[in-house]
This record gives sequence, structure tokens and C-alpha cells, in this order.
Amino acid sequence: MNPFEKLLQTTSGSILLDGAMGTMLMEAGLEEGAAPEKWNLTHPDRVKEVHRLYIQAGSRLILTNSFGGTRYRLEMRGLEDEVIQINKAAAEIARAEADAAPHLVAVAGSMGPTGKIFTPMGDLTYEEAKEAFAEQASGLAQGGVDVFWIETMSAVEEVEAAVAGIRSISDLPISATMSFDTHGHTMMGVTPEKAVESLSQMDLASLGANCGTGSEELQEVIRKMKAANPPLPLVAKANAGIPRVVEGNVEYSGSPAVMAEYAREVRKLGARLIGACCGSTPEHIKAMAKALDLIEP
Amino acid sequence: MNNAINLKEMKDREILELMHEDLYDGYEEEILEDVNELLARGLAPYQILTEGLIAGMDIIGEDFRDGIIFVPEVLMSAKAMKGGMRLLRPTLAASDSPPQGTVIIGTVKGDIHDIGKNLVGMMLEGAGFEVIDIGVNNEINRYLEAVQEHRPDILGMSALLTTTMPYMGDVIHALKEAGVRDDLIVLVGGAPLNHAFAKELEADAYAPDAAAAAETAKALMEKKRSGG
Repeated sequence: MNPFEKLLQTTSGSILLDGAMGTMLMEAGLEEGAAPEKWNLTHPDRVKEVHRLYIQAGSRLILTNSFGGTRYRLEMRGLEDEVIQINKAAAEIARAEADAAPHLVAVAGSMGPTGKIFTPMGDLTYEEAKEAFAEQASGLAQGGVDVFWIETMSAVEEVEAAVAGIRSISDLPISATMSFDTHGHTMMGVTPEKAVESLSQMDLASLGANCGTGSEELQEVIRKMKAANPPLPLVAKANAGIPRVVEGNVEYSGSPAVMAEYAREVRKLGARLIGACCGSTPEHIKAMAKALDLIEP
Repeated sequence: MNNAINLKEMKDREILELMHEDLYDGYEEEILEDVNELLARGLAPYQILTEGLIAGMDIIGEDFRDGIIFVPEVLMSAKAMKGGMRLLRPTLAASDSPPQGTVIIGTVKGDIHDIGKNLVGMMLEGAGFEVIDIGVNNEINRYLEAVQEHRPDILGMSALLTTTMPYMGDVIHALKEAGVRDDLIVLVGGAPLNHAFAKELEADAYAPDAAAAAETAKALMEKKRSGG
């Protein structure tokens, strides 16, 4: 059975996802402004280390280091000819760590937005986006992901294009989450209710919300999504609070204790797959695992 | 609605107000008709620009800031506005344009997120500024060259990533060394920023969103003109 589906079927309570990748890679020395995805090829050991730390902290579903892995993101860094290699390596690195774990850990192939706006407002066509997502998915599939993880989306059409692109090359399960960062809507004005309605009609295994602003705002989004009766398991993946600049350094306001409370809260609100996004670390995930009674206190 | 037939019977003032509605709805065709009608009546292009397009974009900016409308609506409005601008530009007298001033915008080195920066550009144009967009991932030298070349009133920088924000301080430092910092209003933006950080960078102001960027730019230009 597919490991992601097995995870959903054999886990009675919450399934713990992982935390931030970019934040961790910066701590490991990723240069200001460099592409985190390139590290799958140049520093695979450091990416692997992040996965291992999250698995040790209690994550049962880890996300590959491929968030900006579509050609549109990579071409801004001159990496558009390495789409397949970068995504394949991302999946292989996560796969190896998941397989080395003493228990079941599934690998989710992270797929973020293209960063472009669709026609007629912008210049990206649906077909172009679909092809770009198909290309990324193809690399992730070659590297051995268990589920495709579309995340941080603002536009429903982009989710559609991603799902269609993935389906053109693979039958593996797909999850999709959107980012509600603008007055409780996505940047493109999608409400949580509308997201549930639209995403429910797509060929998905789970849906939900990630990133956005703070964890409290994300809780409110999950409450609204649950009230809209989603026919699929709900995903909640909040930032570790809100980024703040303190004496020139960037800090996130959400401590592990805050994220533990957030985890309990979104479970109560009906989220089944629970994780953390920007600014989070294995410490946050460990606190969340304890809060969800997933590991011994 | 059949806009074209009614226009002839409308007063100038009514057409200028209709432009606000057409802009709000993102109706580019209608905006072109409105502008052409007013130009044919001999209305000053500068008046059409300020009382039609700019005043209309003000309303859009307010509703965007308040979460009544979102990015797609603003983009459609901005498109309609640009259509109107294209008709007006050749007829605007040299002394008329730009009504507000010139702004250079661009994201800093390492930051390739341009949706927010593009919105800021549109809102600034909507507010009557001439906008020179130097794109994404700009090194210090690129900012300096653009400032030397265009002599703008305002330099706008943005960074979305927590790792790229400090670079804005480096640019400001370089502007000082080049002796041009005091000729410029420096505006900074980007989701993770705040006023305190902008102050630390020695920028003149921080704007939390595109509508606020345009408002702040206008307020600072007024202050500059009054010698404040």
C-alpha cells in the first residue's frame, strides 16, 4: 500500500508533519538569497540532517526540499535546466531518511507556487503552469515520493493546474493547501470556505491551510474550513508565530510552547494532519508531538 | 450597460465620476471611451488624469487596504488605468507630467518575489507617479546606477525574505557614501518588515502594503515640497 495512504489508514489520531526547511538550512549556512533547492545537489548531507532531526522530533510525514522547484522559480536563479535533477535529488534525500526510520514515515513532494499570476491579470497561461508542475512532479516521482504536496497557494486556478500537471504523469495521492495571509483570505482573495468548495472537487487526498500569518490566524482558517464540511482530511501547517525584526535579526514570535498549544487547538478544530511552516524547528515539532500525545512526555 | 450611448448626454463631472466606477470594475474599454470623450470635449488631460484616473485609483487603494477587494481586482483596475494613461500621455504637457514625481522600485539582491513589488508600482502609477521598475535581485550598484541615471524623488526597495531584508541597509549605506542619500526619499516594504526595522535601516518610511506605499509616497512628497 502507498505509505501515505497507509499512514492515513493506520493512524487513529493526528498525523504529525514536519517544520520549516528554509529556516533550518539558513542555520546550517545557506547563504543570504541563495536557492535552498540547489542544496539538494551541492549539500545533500545538510538537507538530510534536517529531515533526520524532524523524524527524531516525531514527524511521520516529511516534506522534500523542493518548494521553489518549478522551472519558473528556478529560472530566476539560472537553474531552469536542472528542474528534474533538483527535484529528483530532493525526493531521494527524504526517501533515504524516511526508509531509515524505525517506523513508518511517508515522503511528501513539496510543490510551491510558480510566483506568477495567471492570465488575464498576469502572463502565465494554465497550460504553461500545468506543464511546469508536470515537470517538477516527474522529478519528484523519479526520486520516490509517496504523495505530492501542493502548498502555499493563493489562486484556485494554480492548484488546478498543479493537480492536472501531476495527474498527467502520476497516479500517486495529492494534497493541497492554500495560504491565507490577507485579511483572512488568500492573496488572490479566496476565502477558507471557497477553498474547501473548490479543492473538494479536485482529485485530492487531503486539503487545508499552511503558512499565512500567525498560528492564531491559521486556527481561525481551520475553524472555517471545518465548518464548510470538507470531505477530506484537513491539513494545518502554521508559521511559528509572526516574523519580527529585533535589533536587525529576524525572530519568530511563536515559541515551542505556543506551537504546542496551536497543535492541540487545531486538532480540536478538526485538523488531522498537523505540522508547522516558516520559522519552526525540530524543537517546535517535538513540543507539538508531546502536546498531541504522540510521544512519551 | 451601454456606456457609449449615455456618455454624450453626460456632464464632464459625471463622466469623471463614471471613470471611478469603470476603473473599480476594471473595464478598460469603457475607460478608453471615457477618456476619449473628455479629450474630444477639450478637457485638460491633466484634469482627466488627476480627477478621473488618480482619484479613481485612490478609492481602489482604500478598499484594497481594507480587505474589500484583493489582488485580482487591483490588477484589472491597474490594467484599465494603464490603458487610460496611454491615451493621455502624448497629450500631457511636459510641465504636467508626472504630477507627483518619479520613483525607482526594485527588490534587493537574493529576493525574487515580485508580485508585491509590481503591485506597489501599479498603485504608485495610479497615484500619479512616474515609476521606473528595475526588477528583482538588484545589487547595490544597480540601485546606484538607476539613481544617477533617473534622478528620482523616491527610491523604493522591497524584500520578502527575512534573509534578504538587511541588504536594504547596505544599499542605504552605499547611497550615503555616494552622497545622494539626502536627495532621496527612501521607502521600504515587504511582508516581514516593520516600522522599527525601517528606522534601524535609516529608511524614511515603511509601508505595509501597496496602497499604503502610494499614500506614504504622496505624503512624503508633500512634506518635501513644503520644505519639511
